[in-house]
Amino acid sequence: METTSVLSELADNWMLVAMFTLFVGAILWALRPGSKAVHQETANIPFRNEDHPPSANRKASSKNEEPQS
Amino acid sequence: MGNYIKLIALGGVTLFAAIGANWGRDVAYIVHAMIIMVVAAYMFVRVLRRMDAPAYATPDGYMDDVVRAGVIATSFWGVIGMLVGVVIAFQLAFPALNFEVLQPYGNFGRLRPLHTSAVIFAFGGNALIMSSFYIVQRTCGARLWGGNLAWFVFWGYNLFIILAATGYLLGATQSKEYAEPEWYVDIWLTIVWVAFLAVYLGTIFKRTEKHIYVANWFLLAFIVTVAMLHIVNNISIPVSIWGSKSVQVFSGVQDAMVQWWYGHNAVGFFLTAGFLGMMYYFVPKQAGRPVYSYKLSIIHFWALIFLYIWAGPHHLHYTALPDWAATLGMVFSIVLWMPSWGGMINGLMTLQGAWDKLRTDPILRMMVISLAFYGMSTFEGPMMSIKAVNSLSHYTDWTIGHVHSGALGWNGMITFAALYFLTPKLWGRAQMYSMSAINWHFWLATIGIILYAASMWVTGIMEGLMWREVDANGFLVNSFADTVSAKFPMYVVRGLGGVLYLTGAVIMSWNIFMTIRGGAKVTAPVGVPAE
Repeated sequence: METTSVLSELADNWMLVAMFTLFVGAILWALRPGSKAVHQETANIPFRNEDHPPSANRKASSKNEEPQS
Repeated sequence: MGNYIKLIALGGVTLFAAIGANWGRDVAYIVHAMIIMVVAAYMFVRVLRRMDAPAYATPDGYMDDVVRAGVIATSFWGVIGMLVGVVIAFQLAFPALNFEVLQPYGNFGRLRPLHTSAVIFAFGGNALIMSSFYIVQRTCGARLWGGNLAWFVFWGYNLFIILAATGYLLGATQSKEYAEPEWYVDIWLTIVWVAFLAVYLGTIFKRTEKHIYVANWFLLAFIVTVAMLHIVNNISIPVSIWGSKSVQVFSGVQDAMVQWWYGHNAVGFFLTAGFLGMMYYFVPKQAGRPVYSYKLSIIHFWALIFLYIWAGPHHLHYTALPDWAATLGMVFSIVLWMPSWGGMINGLMTLQGAWDKLRTDPILRMMVISLAFYGMSTFEGPMMSIKAVNSLSHYTDWTIGHVHSGALGWNGMITFAALYFLTPKLWGRAQMYSMSAINWHFWLATIGIILYAASMWVTGIMEGLMWREVDANGFLVNSFADTVSAKFPMYVVRGLGGVLYLTGAVIMSWNIFMTIRGGAKVTAPVGVPAE
């Protein structure tokens, strides 16, 4: 078979399945139970370390800098 | 040791460029060789003079000087790019403005790529680079990786812009839309871009936060995908190493497909994913609340990444491209409605509980209108990709209107908002020099976009209908020149819209300049504070 036929055969079957599974898997992973706490924590990242990177001892207390919402 | 390698490399480049300036086959190449020669020679002397300078310890704070330079470069290129846009808009309305004495340099055909590259790559690109440097440091809690490599990215990218812009004026182009620069400029951009990726990834690797904030996902996708697109679309063989002309490796419909795979994903990953990265940081910051739904932002990201890459063929409806490919592009474009609107809603709903700030905060208002335009143009785009609609809209001014509602409305407004957010922070001021000037900018820009988009809708649809009009015997009713003269009033309105938008950008630059020079004039925010 020509290279192009082989590649198109591959793309039409296994790659399609692989990409679709990866896509659906990524979404399901985001929606998994228990992700809420992680997401809430991550969503607050912009409100920490505004002016300087955390130094070693400041790191532990960085939670306190989150806004009260 | 490192300095010796630098000196050898810079000396070699200077020598090579000097030979190139002498042996160059065309004007653009000679001028570029001279520019490169001067830059490399300057760098050579600079490195030489600092040979014995003691190595300072890296400061532990954030690296913000490169972001400050980016803010200035963004506003500078914004004004330049929009000014050229206004000029060519009036050249279309009044062809006499293609002055005889300025030919061929001041011709519409050469100024047009200058405008598109100046606004997309110079204004938009500098905005993306400076805000990604700002965002990645804050959200990773780490200083930029690579020391002065970030400066190399900034200056290298702006050198690329200078080379591209002068090349267009002097007639060096490979005639690929949004990828006009010739081979050696492409190679230079590749080097700069790899350095950009290294700085970005290096900073993410040494982050102190456990998770990678979603804005970084979008910005990283932008950097990686643009690298891939740029390399594949610019595979060409130079005719001579002493000339700017090159020949594309792809030909015919393959070349067209690669070009629009590049072209549409430049929109998708440069103008959308990159600016969404800005949106996911600056909107929550300005509203003072975390993003409405972090889950939705993840789904937004993956859907956008998986879908956008297939949408390119909709630029080639009813061409030599196979029907199935065109249909594939159309279907994926329509599916893109979902993630785009999901993202828009996510951005807008971030203001939930803070809507009152819209009355008092013109920066937040700019962010909201940019999201509204994001939603509008991501609605219009899929609609125009439908074959039946495209048969009317393609090749008409409707396309130009669509591009500008996205570029002026979404990209422009979010960039202005980011500049207003960053300038006081970076220069240690309480707020922008004049809040009422931001208000003026907001209204000038908004009215300018409305004039622009509305006139292009009217002229585009009119043009499309005139082109397809046939009489009872099947003959075309209108000649091309008929459509050109019918479009005149709308061209003038479009030009005026551009003038308003440009005026807003000039006011912004003044405001930024005054803020840098000396702090805020008014302390109270404009408008009526919420009770």
